[in-house]
Amino acid sequence: MSAAPAAPAQVSHGTRASRIGLPLFLLLLVALAAAPWWTDRQGMRLLGEVYAYAALASLWNLLAGYSGLVTVGQQAFVGLGAYVLFSAALLFGVNPLWGIPAAGLLGALAAVPVAALTFRLRGAYFAIGTWVVAEVFRLLAAQFTALGGGSGTSLPASVVASIASGRAAREQLLYWLALGLAVLILAAILLLLRSRHGLALAAIRDNEVAARSCGIEVDRTRLAVFVVASGGAAMVGALIFLQKLRISPDAAFSVNDWTALVIFIAVIGGIGRVEGPLIGTALFFLLRETLSQLGSLYLMVLGAVAIAVMLLAPRGLWGVLADRLGWQVFPLARRLEPRAPPLGTAPPPTTRHALAGADHENRGDTR
Amino acid sequence: MEWVNAVIQGVLLGGLYGLFAAGLSLIFGVMRLVNIAHGDLIVLAAYLALVVTGSLGIGPLPSLLLVVPLMAAIGYGLQRLLLNRALGDDLLPPLLVTFGLSVIIQNGLLEAFSADSQRLQAGPIETAALPLGGGLAVGVLPLLQFVVAVAAIAGLQLLSWRTPLGRAFRATADDPEVARLMGLDNRHVFALAMALSLAVVALAGVFLAVRTNFDPAIGPARLLFGFEAVIIGGLGSLWGTLAGGVLLGVAQSIGAQIDPGWQILAGHLLFLLVLAVRPEGLFPRLRG
Repeated sequence: MSAAPAAPAQVSHGTRASRIGLPLFLLLLVALAAAPWWTDRQGMRLLGEVYAYAALASLWNLLAGYSGLVTVGQQAFVGLGAYVLFSAALLFGVNPLWGIPAAGLLGALAAVPVAALTFRLRGAYFAIGTWVVAEVFRLLAAQFTALGGGSGTSLPASVVASIASGRAAREQLLYWLALGLAVLILAAILLLLRSRHGLALAAIRDNEVAARSCGIEVDRTRLAVFVVASGGAAMVGALIFLQKLRISPDAAFSVNDWTALVIFIAVIGGIGRVEGPLIGTALFFLLRETLSQLGSLYLMVLGAVAIAVMLLAPRGLWGVLADRLGWQVFPLARRLEPRAPPLGTAPPPTTRHALAGADHENRGDTR
Repeated sequence: MEWVNAVIQGVLLGGLYGLFAAGLSLIFGVMRLVNIAHGDLIVLAAYLALVVTGSLGIGPLPSLLLVVPLMAAIGYGLQRLLLNRALGDDLLPPLLVTFGLSVIIQNGLLEAFSADSQRLQAGPIETAALPLGGGLAVGVLPLLQFVVAVAAIAGLQLLSWRTPLGRAFRATADDPEVARLMGLDNRHVFALAMALSLAVVALAGVFLAVRTNFDPAIGPARLLFGFEAVIIGGLGSLWGTLAGGVLLGVAQSIGAQIDPGWQILAGHLLFLLVLAVRPEGLFPRLRG
């Protein structure tokens, strides 16, 4: 790469919007990191849940929105991560905090054979195939008598006490871990999309056949994304159930909690943009806090909203805003811009034209 | 003898799975739509039958006369009003719209009927059995259900290959654009396919409701069984779908014979095994 001859133009990622948006986002992160000083236990608990869903929805968006891997089976890895953490703590006496990276590692490893099987299925059949795998994981967990079989088990008080001294300290620590993990996952997604693999993903998304003919190794790129996203989901799952302190196969591998709601978030926020799932998470929690007393009616409303968004505004709320107003928070666009020209020479006149075609990366599902 | 019995029961159960799968396979064939709400529609049909039998005081089998046309009408309307808008080159909209539909049906049933288990009472036929000798017997009801499944799939096969409607289905499946140029209204053809699919779903739902307890949450598992039968049998082949259902039923009932906790797992493992060694399915339609 470094040996490339000096081109008359260079790729720039930021726009004026991202130069405003990114500092604002960082400011928001600082405010959230200080939450233990401005909110109570309930608030921190709710925010912890927000971070978990933001992370899961971002990972699902990476799979479905950027890589064409529409899965309804990521609860397999959420649950696997949770079971890894509980096994590490209960069977091997490891500090549960170490269970989180262990969950990430084992989740990523388990993703390889899962991909080997399910990648044989195309499109929507892939989606249901991943669901079957998640069911297999759930049923196997129910046979795992060391962790309570079908009825599950709890972390004993001694293990809980080993996380931190005192309840307040533990809750703060878990809060920061949840925020930190969500930021880590978001940063990993941003770096991946900024790298050449991100460009490959955009090419696969826009036209798989053309991408193949350009020499992109479609299957390997997809496998890499699936492994990363599954490891991420496993870490999130481990942390979620470390906060809950109790695990059961039905809760850990719940398709409703870890996939249906996650898909809802990504759909209403906007699939195929990094900002979408974050906006979607905020919208979802607003809806949930106002409607949840409706019980099952509330879930019907969610289903109806998702259908309406999919049919009327398939790019979601952020997609509509970004299309109309050119907003972006994260510098992910790829634009050709003239290099600072040597003194006395005019910039090449064709650049504006090239620019229009090259603003590719951050666009929604333009198939 | 126990094992022979398990296999026989599995085969009969497989007829039901073949029915689950036939409706799924039909609409995938015609419009490349994978209906995530398929299992929930089966459960919806079961509840419709519950209401019909309860309010009219008729048995489950006569209730089919009402439930089948009702479900077909729901299918036609669903396709015209909702699903046709979601179809296109992009995979996501139909998948996510039917996913939303699944959530709506599940929670709607929960709201209307609560989470309690229900069962359709079929009267004395429930316990009637035909002795096969050697201590073996088959229940009349499972046998009837298997015969109906075979008849339904034979009917679908005839309809596909011997009628103008079947020709329209195949033409639209092969090339929707050219089919439209030849004067077919794709939206109508798709809606008819969905109506037919949900008519089969209605059959499946009523037999399911007679056979086992059901509640609003069991839909997704039925979707997975139907889907597994389609993949095991091989895409695009109706008889293969029935064979896939039978194999799945046998795997489940042998699994249950080993350990009740292994019933569903054994079926899933058979599916994964087929996916690993023969991803095109056991009986794929020959391309000619």
